[in-house]
Amino acid sequence: MRKVAIVGVGMTKFGEHWERGFRDLVTEAGVKALEDAGMSGAEISAGYVGTMAAGSLIGQEHTGALIADYMGLNPIPITRVEGACASGSLALRQGLMAVASGMHDVVVVGGVEKMTDLDTAEVSEILGGAGDQEWELFLGATFPALYAMMARRYMHDYGATEEMLASVAVKNHKHGSMNPLAQFQNEITIQDVLDSKMVSDPLKILDCSPLTDGAAAVVLAPLDIAKKYTDTPIEIVASAQASDTITLHNRDSITGVKAARIAAQAAYKQAGVSPSQIKVAEVHDCFTIAELMAIEDLGFFPKGKGGEASLNGETQIGAKIPINTSGGLKAAGHPVGATGIKQAVEIAWQLQGEAGKRQVSGADIGLSHNVGGSGATAVVHIYKRVN
Amino acid sequence: MKESIPLTWRKIPDRYRLLGSVCKNCNGYYFPARHVCPKCRRKGKVDGYQFSGRGRVFSFTEIHAPPAGFEDQIPYVMAIVELAEGARCTAEIVDVLSKDVKIGDEVEMVFRKIQSHDPEGLIHYGFKFKKVKK
Amino acid sequence: MVGIVGYGAYVPKYRIKSEVIAKVWGEDPDRIKNGLGVHEKAVASNDEDAATLAVEAAKIAIQRAGISPKKLGALYVGSESHPYAVKPTATIVAEAIGATPELTAADLEFACKAGTAGIQMCMGLVGSGMVDYGMAIGTDTSQGRPGDALEYSTGCGAAAYIIGKDAESLAIIEDTYSYTTDTPDFWRRNGADYPSHGGRFTGPPGYFKHVKNATLGLLKKMNGKVEDYDYFIFHQPNGKFPRAVAKMLGVPNEKIEEGLLTPHIGNTYSGSSPLGLANVLDVAKAGDRIFVTSFGSGAGSDAFSIRVTDNIKNRERGKPASYFIEQKEYLDYATYAKYRRKFKGM
Repeated sequence: MRKVAIVGVGMTKFGEHWERGFRDLVTEAGVKALEDAGMSGAEISAGYVGTMAAGSLIGQEHTGALIADYMGLNPIPITRVEGACASGSLALRQGLMAVASGMHDVVVVGGVEKMTDLDTAEVSEILGGAGDQEWELFLGATFPALYAMMARRYMHDYGATEEMLASVAVKNHKHGSMNPLAQFQNEITIQDVLDSKMVSDPLKILDCSPLTDGAAAVVLAPLDIAKKYTDTPIEIVASAQASDTITLHNRDSITGVKAARIAAQAAYKQAGVSPSQIKVAEVHDCFTIAELMAIEDLGFFPKGKGGEASLNGETQIGAKIPINTSGGLKAAGHPVGATGIKQAVEIAWQLQGEAGKRQVSGADIGLSHNVGGSGATAVVHIYKRVN
Repeated sequence: MKESIPLTWRKIPDRYRLLGSVCKNCNGYYFPARHVCPKCRRKGKVDGYQFSGRGRVFSFTEIHAPPAGFEDQIPYVMAIVELAEGARCTAEIVDVLSKDVKIGDEVEMVFRKIQSHDPEGLIHYGFKFKKVKK
Repeated sequence: MVGIVGYGAYVPKYRIKSEVIAKVWGEDPDRIKNGLGVHEKAVASNDEDAATLAVEAAKIAIQRAGISPKKLGALYVGSESHPYAVKPTATIVAEAIGATPELTAADLEFACKAGTAGIQMCMGLVGSGMVDYGMAIGTDTSQGRPGDALEYSTGCGAAAYIIGKDAESLAIIEDTYSYTTDTPDFWRRNGADYPSHGGRFTGPPGYFKHVKNATLGLLKKMNGKVEDYDYFIFHQPNGKFPRAVAKMLGVPNEKIEEGLLTPHIGNTYSGSSPLGLANVLDVAKAGDRIFVTSFGSGAGSDAFSIRVTDNIKNRERGKPASYFIEQKEYLDYATYAKYRRKFKGM
């Protein structure tokens, strides 16, 4: 298999784009990534796009063809990939496999979601489809409810507190305040989180990621020709994906995401690195509890210690392991299909030294962790700066 | 979410009576019902099973932001219930609020309306749980 | 002969006190409590209806009878608050208790006596040998117009009876007799949310005439007298009428108290006299004799003469009515209005 590198990245601002639609957003991100790689577009031989619910959110299926058309990439093949909130990382994995196998040379990988064309209740219902529609959502559970039950059990088993959960949102807003593309760039306090409206106890509105419009894209090429397109290629040194039961209740444990643990172990093995070598990580903090579980599943902190570590500031920029320098899903925003690609873009910027005020010094190895549903799909990628 | 009539109809026996599966090979219990035992795979001998309806609260939450169709029910408590046989299910705990529930509380199945929001539409019934009086 | 081989009672957890309702409408709480004889009434939760109440009662009846639900050959659900105008409650109940598909099922409506009408139908089917067991349920989540006198008394509850052969019965139904006329004392037109009634006209020409004549009719048919019975259960639209009719018939108060539940749970309509009977069966001894007279507006009464057998010990298999009556939580008027969907737009 060939080694593969990211040679170009791009993304839209994340937020509420009232004046722009699905095709506008994905085109902007794609064109930016091509520009970053110094490409005209003719170099691209295939594309992959992650989008969770375009069919429900904007009534549009067949999004691969739509994107090929609007990005001026016809007649190359573009394939849509879906794995709920992990759709973006799944698309990245497909692109990586296409280049690594030699099937394609240069591919573009995008992620996009347009979420604000419907009202919040309708969107929540659509996102519910990432769980078990017949045996969770229909019976009255919501997505926040599933994560709230993980949080309740986590607090019960490990003595974690609501302040520990809140500290994740506080830190991610702080990081987001340094990211001009983030949806929220305001700082908040633990008290703000605790006082915010209850969604599904113990999770309040500031424990939850928002609804967001946005798109992100990367261009992949074989590592041996990467320098043709960029001075700072970022090698993807590991890509691992794992599955678990669609219903939360059927998992052995709900205080961690087993699929993420399995994917992480496989990724560390592929990359030949240990968790302590990771200098920066983008993790799937769709809810604050998800980040606590993620930093444990990824081996950064022992089981049950993530809450304390977060409260103590160990996941901030400059501390032990900077988590979600982009602001994460919480502050940067969570346009579902785009999130996995945005994580890759942020890690690429960090490893290239292009992350501005939020730059992690000495970042040479980074990781992204993207989860679909309540943990039925998990994808971990590890990236390395090429010297 | 609005469910189609055929889909609801197919689920009626399972939702009304808490029917799942048991694998006669490994004695594993599953809810909802499945055709393949995830442990034994093709060696499994999967059969239908009616759960006793007794169980304990494994985790729970009180919902304040309702999905469509549940607007008139908030606040309500959803839980993961660990059934006496070992399988778990997701269901509402009725007639309580979050402050009345603890992990480990004993519960038993009751039959309630799940969704009945559309005044001209179908009424969906099924299993929920209530705390067992001590 | 036939009898009751299993029975089950269910009353929802929530209650509202008459004084709380009275306060909303500027009424004198003591006048309501003493006048109607209703202290509080049972209120179904917002995810309960006549079908769910019926299922809870039916499951207990099955436990007590100790039979497979598949053995039921008939299932009748009597109610004035069937969840659907068209689509049977009985099929929902039959499916939920696992009695489908080999049985006949139908919904009944006769104001407050649809439950006892179902018992009579099952008696006929079992007595003739057409079925081995039949289940009759009286269930209601009855509604009174806000501010109307009925609002204080319309409660929610259900009772289920499995009728089978006398040898298996925990109580034998010795005989039954009905008294029926066309009397417009109370009605609800199709599509109307709340019933209308004839005020004081509901008394003498309605309730009292029918209950008295049905009771006397059965006693005459059986050559019996009041003294032959240990308990009497009369339909109980409020706490006052059953006491008044007992006095007219010369039934001492202590014989009606055990079966008089309306003061604590309100008038559960089709569930009313069946729930009263369940509460009596929960304490009766082998050999005790019980007299039941239901009443449904429109109007008619069904009277039953019942004798408790040694099999009454089987009642321990199921929860008694008191389990549900004593387990209660009080609502304020606003929450009650929310649960009973009295807000426009809900």
